[in-house]
Amino acid sequence: MKETNTTQFDRRSFIKVSATTSAGLLLNFNLLAKAAYGDKAAVATTFNAFLSIAPDGLVTIMAQNPEVGQGIKTALPMIVAEELDVDWAKVIVEQAPLDTAKYTRQVAGGSQSIPTTWKTLRNAGATARQMLINAAAKRWQVAPEECTTEMGVIKHAATKRSLSYGEVATEAAKLEVPKEVKLKAVKDFKIIGTSQKGVDNKSIFTGKAIYGIDYKVDGMLYCMVARPPAFGQKVKSFDDKKTKAMPGVKQVLQFGDKIAVLATSTWEAKEGRDALKIEWVADAKLENTTEHDAQLLKLLQTAPEKPRRQNGDVAKAFQEAAKVVEATYECPFLPHNAMEPMNFFAHVHDGKVELVGPTQTPEAARKQVGELLSIPVENITVNMTRMGGGFGRRLSTDFAKEAAQISSLAKAPVKVIWTREDDMGGGIYRPACKYTYRAALDAKGNITAFHVRGAGINVGNPVREGNFPAGALENFLADGHNLESKVTTGPWRAPVHNFVAFAEQSFLDEVAIAAGKDPVQMRLDWLDMAKSSPQGPVSYDIERFKGVIKLAAEKGNWGKAPAGVSQGFSAYFSFGSYIAQVAEVVMVNGQPKIQKIICAADCGVVINPSGANNQIVGGLVDGIGHAMYGNLSIKDGMAEQQNFGAYRLIRLAEAPAVEVHFVKNELDPTGLGEPALPPTAGAVGNAIFKATGQRWRKQPFVAPAPLG
Amino acid sequence: MAMFTLKVNGKQYKVDASPETPLLWILRDHLGLTGAKYGCGIGQCGACTVHLNGEPMRSCSLSVSVVGKNAITTIEGLSKNGDHPVQEAWNEIDVPQCGYCQAGQIMTAAALLKKNASPTDNDIDTAMNGNLCRCGTYNRIREAIHVAAKKAHK
Repeated sequence: MKETNTTQFDRRSFIKVSATTSAGLLLNFNLLAKAAYGDKAAVATTFNAFLSIAPDGLVTIMAQNPEVGQGIKTALPMIVAEELDVDWAKVIVEQAPLDTAKYTRQVAGGSQSIPTTWKTLRNAGATARQMLINAAAKRWQVAPEECTTEMGVIKHAATKRSLSYGEVATEAAKLEVPKEVKLKAVKDFKIIGTSQKGVDNKSIFTGKAIYGIDYKVDGMLYCMVARPPAFGQKVKSFDDKKTKAMPGVKQVLQFGDKIAVLATSTWEAKEGRDALKIEWVADAKLENTTEHDAQLLKLLQTAPEKPRRQNGDVAKAFQEAAKVVEATYECPFLPHNAMEPMNFFAHVHDGKVELVGPTQTPEAARKQVGELLSIPVENITVNMTRMGGGFGRRLSTDFAKEAAQISSLAKAPVKVIWTREDDMGGGIYRPACKYTYRAALDAKGNITAFHVRGAGINVGNPVREGNFPAGALENFLADGHNLESKVTTGPWRAPVHNFVAFAEQSFLDEVAIAAGKDPVQMRLDWLDMAKSSPQGPVSYDIERFKGVIKLAAEKGNWGKAPAGVSQGFSAYFSFGSYIAQVAEVVMVNGQPKIQKIICAADCGVVINPSGANNQIVGGLVDGIGHAMYGNLSIKDGMAEQQNFGAYRLIRLAEAPAVEVHFVKNELDPTGLGEPALPPTAGAVGNAIFKATGQRWRKQPFVAPAPLG
Repeated sequence: MAMFTLKVNGKQYKVDASPETPLLWILRDHLGLTGAKYGCGIGQCGACTVHLNGEPMRSCSLSVSVVGKNAITTIEGLSKNGDHPVQEAWNEIDVPQCGYCQAGQIMTAAALLKKNASPTDNDIDTAMNGNLCRCGTYNRIREAIHVAAKKAHK
């Protein structure tokens, strides 16, 4: 914390203008702000890219990153409000549009929103607070050091005078921007660390929150697109006679291997699209999951040219082993299935582009739309709506480019909407992967070597070679293969980690059992080895890792389960946060049932405990649901599951009780959008093994219903 | 195309649409009531749930031509000031993550509580089974329904 206690703020980032009517307000994204401000918005003082203060004291804070359900629209402004020292109840939050001059990394991805903005947001709040103090001090002719602040009021105790922020905001913004400001000590936080409700709750509960799919402008055409139904197909020919005669259909356009139908409503666009007669062709044989599986298993038998990480002499250690433990773990493709299917609005006109919609990467969307249409990015605006989930799918920009291209061809404002079938069958899946883990044990059950080999479809690097127990073991090898395919893949919540963690945490359990050791103690012992004699780079903090393991074991009563309850353990580090879990499984009618999960988390300072808890519990439920049921298979190049009839998502009755415990410390915060998911299936699988004696190594655990 | 007169949230609306158009798209595109969401179009996810004479109904699977004189209530009309016990409980428990499914969850929960003032966990499991939440807020939904039941008793 020391280095953040005094800080510098670049003068250029302070914008001394009095108008705060941002694009967000103009677009009516935040109805609450407009209702609260009315005409006063015009006279509020903008202090910097993050905040403005109106004469009546209302503070508007911009949320710079896109809100995808990770709660950032509440958490980021809380950080600004903390250092500004205002009443959170009087803060209005607005979604900032894409503005690379004001903001850095406006991305919802990699669980990075909080860690990458933490210092900037604190500085922004603290600097504005100091300027307000300086303005009051100047008016009172006292030293600024004699002034204090509390809940949006500057006080001078000696003379018992006070001024509200609103009263001095205009003159404060004219003062010199302080070069160094003091940040609060963690112990003095009043907003950070308290549970605050989602800033959009009220608008969500009354149906007023605007998601991309809800966005509309006058004269806009609704669009559905026919895309190749199988990976590897192209358009040969199409007949749009019937479509063009249908009510509401305005235009039919071909672009590349897609055909767009534009109409005056969503339903008319869909009916028109579905009435197209299209002949699709493929240059090569279409792919199948059964063949993918055989190819991946074959790759696992082959040594890649270069390892991802190698410590010691693994081959020798396996030759000399008293016992070898080996297991193979498998997972299928997964669609993201954000509840709001892909959609985007674009209006291309007069050499300019307006983009509005749900995107996790507005800057990438702008850049790629610019390249596609040969329009400079200065002429492209992007406004982010709330997103009905993303899970990584909205890190891709295909839907934004599609909308821009269609608007450009149609010469009209256009909203492209994907059906669930378009969304689920349209690719960019979590890569299907397989892993073989091997461990060599000596006669005493001590580990002498560890080897993980992965193979995945369009996965790039299938392993996470820095993962524990790398760094702890003398002989360690991680290697892998990528299998190319026409089935498109992309980041899916906690990319690669989402399954690697299951395989790894299951295998550590298998090793502990084979070695006759307690799985928790074995992890702690290995972490001690990493500390006393590190083998190569160690990518995790050993003490924090141990801390979270001990907290989960303690809170979950590890090893002291009541009769009839079977426990499973996992501990995993990803995206800067440490998570450990104890899963409890009971047998009901001869079937294992997940009764409860006790989860410990170390993510440094917790900004909003309610939001943080929600992310962790949601991550656990997500992890369980996909491990149990998630399955997308390919037949003749096509997804066999296209909607929630054939694709099973976890439902309310299947979510177990979850208890969350945070490690309390004053370390800089890290993200929580992803880290809780990866270790969940491991804890569950290990508990199921204890309950049933069966080791479930292939996901989904529950065999999919036959496709009819 | 045909003309239909609909009663939505206590107001009469006239719409000109193809008879097979799902009520969901009439609400969203014709009437500008975008609170009911599209999630699957086949009645499997519950995001489009509205009330038809007080009964929870999947508006994606109900053609406009069969609505007739039945009264439709959407999330926008559940309460005048957003203060239905279920809406208040949802805020108290801070249920949502992305929030996209929550209008449907709230409408299903409100219909449950109308019929069953003190639902058990099993009652909630059954009533809410048709509403998917991809973010996994199920435990908070369950808790909020219990809180709403207590609020309604007061």
